[in-house]
Amino acid sequence: MLLAVNNISVVYSDVIQVLKGVSLSVEKGKIISLLGSNGSGKTSTLKAISGLLKPENGKVTDGEIIFQGRSIQNQSPEIITRMGIIQVLEGRQPFKYLTIEENLRVGTAIRPNKSCKDDLEMVYNYFPALLARRRARAGYCSGGELQMLVIGRALMAKPELLLLDEPSLGLAPLIVREIFGIIKKINEEQGATIVLVEQNANMALQIAHYGYVMENGKIVMEGRAEELVENPDIKEFYLGMAASGDMRAYRDVKSYRRRKRWL
Amino acid sequence: MKKRVFHPCGNYHENYADQLKVYETDYGRCFAAAGLIVLFGLSPFVASPYLLYILNSIGIAAIAAIGLNILIGYTGQISLGHGAFFGVGAYGAAFLATRCEIPFLLSVPAAGLITALVGLIFGLPSSRLKGLYLTIATLAGQFIIEYVLVHWEDVTKGTMGITLPRANIFGLEITGDIPFFYVIFLALLLMLWLAVNLMRTKYGRAFVAIRDNDRAAEGMGIPIFPYKLLAFAISSFYAGVAGAIWAYYTVSITAEPFNLGLSVEYIAMVIIGGMGNMSGAIFGAVFITGLNELLRWAIDLMMNMGMVTQTGLNLAPLREFVFGLVIVLFIIFEPRGIAEVWRIIRSSFRLWPFSY
Repeated sequence: MLLAVNNISVVYSDVIQVLKGVSLSVEKGKIISLLGSNGSGKTSTLKAISGLLKPENGKVTDGEIIFQGRSIQNQSPEIITRMGIIQVLEGRQPFKYLTIEENLRVGTAIRPNKSCKDDLEMVYNYFPALLARRRARAGYCSGGELQMLVIGRALMAKPELLLLDEPSLGLAPLIVREIFGIIKKINEEQGATIVLVEQNANMALQIAHYGYVMENGKIVMEGRAEELVENPDIKEFYLGMAASGDMRAYRDVKSYRRRKRWL
Repeated sequence: MKKRVFHPCGNYHENYADQLKVYETDYGRCFAAAGLIVLFGLSPFVASPYLLYILNSIGIAAIAAIGLNILIGYTGQISLGHGAFFGVGAYGAAFLATRCEIPFLLSVPAAGLITALVGLIFGLPSSRLKGLYLTIATLAGQFIIEYVLVHWEDVTKGTMGITLPRANIFGLEITGDIPFFYVIFLALLLMLWLAVNLMRTKYGRAFVAIRDNDRAAEGMGIPIFPYKLLAFAISSFYAGVAGAIWAYYTVSITAEPFNLGLSVEYIAMVIIGGMGNMSGAIFGAVFITGLNELLRWAIDLMMNMGMVTQTGLNLAPLREFVFGLVIVLFIIFEPRGIAEVWRIIRSSFRLWPFSY
């Protein structure tokens, strides 16, 4: 077990409780997908793991997070990063005055004085689009290029565990497909362990091995990705089709009752 | 009879009118009334003349700080020339009172309007500048005004200064600390009332929108530049009124006090009190003025102790040192100011024992 999150509760500003007992476990070399509607606590879970709760005045008040046998909850983010957990933030946050290549080299900040040539090669291999733009300032790049850039930057750090927060945000469907293909390839070839937070449940479940569904700061369902795709509730609430395969109608009170039951 | 309710433990506003309420419960209103009764009915008569002088200084500083808070805390612009605007108000009132013989009640708001105009002009750079760049641009305002106050001798009498006639309201002469106490705090109350209600109007909401995200505000159809200028004008108006009252209070004015130090002191009041919070400006004025006086008193006491006098040690710089230290520590431990401390204290009563 690479990472184990045991029953954590997260509170912002001492008054707002967002996670109410979340447990999940991540095995080495797997893609884990965290699904759920907006505000269900997916991003907070990632931030609890990577320590980025701290700058937002949040903290883990209960439970523990164990990474490679060491408990890491409420550690500062730079220490957690140095242990090998890298989070790719939501909404693409490049250093916009650095070029693409400089951005990638920042990814090696946690292991200075080593050659990063091979790693650059590897990233350009996965994202050929970046190679063409390597001298361009990140501020002038398109959304798709930036998403590739931030994933590439995280890869440069050689993470033990890669946390991806909504890599499909605001991208064209074709680019989304491309990026998900690359994520799967990275997982297969590098053996990278990935936790993937997504709104696009369909895409996420196609590449993930295991999935968790969150609602209201709790995990309401978990299972292997193939099983989740077949689950009628998941189909209806996240994949957007009724159990029978038709579009669902809002008049259908039954589905509301069913959803209500597992919230 | 209306039902009296305690503060609820969460945010339960059900409509927009609820959200705009100044007092959320009747208890808040009662406490405010009780505070006013103590302030106006009791404090001028029990306070010693020295304490009364400090109270009056706090009142004047609070008026200026409220104005600066509208600019810094609510609109997100900055002015390093607020001390100079305060001076413009003081000289405006002095000029109107001595040359044009305009009575007190008219000259104070008129001085405010003159200052608003000056502030408007020095707010012009805000059309293109933001943040640090704007700060430097307004710094120019500080120095230009200071220069004009000293060198435009026809109007300001240069370094000689101006002596004002006694303030006079409908034949009633205002001299001494106690009458001025009432004038200052009634003015503060009026200006506070104006500011609180201004922030409940569409203008106030436009200011906050510009502070939070100016591009989005522009995208939603708020004409940013006129609103920024308006904020500069309103903020300078407050400084001008405060300066005018101060001029009458001290009787004789020179350009000396309206320096950069005063501007920085006002910014410190706004930041330490709590930006974007009306009570914050008042807390800040109380804190900075009070701390200044307290340190002066403490250092005087220490200087007069036998031991220190004998060693011949000069303790005067200690005051500046402690003053700076307290401000830095405050910013480190509670960056959102005294108003935030006050909010935390209040809400911990409200939320006890289960905060979530």
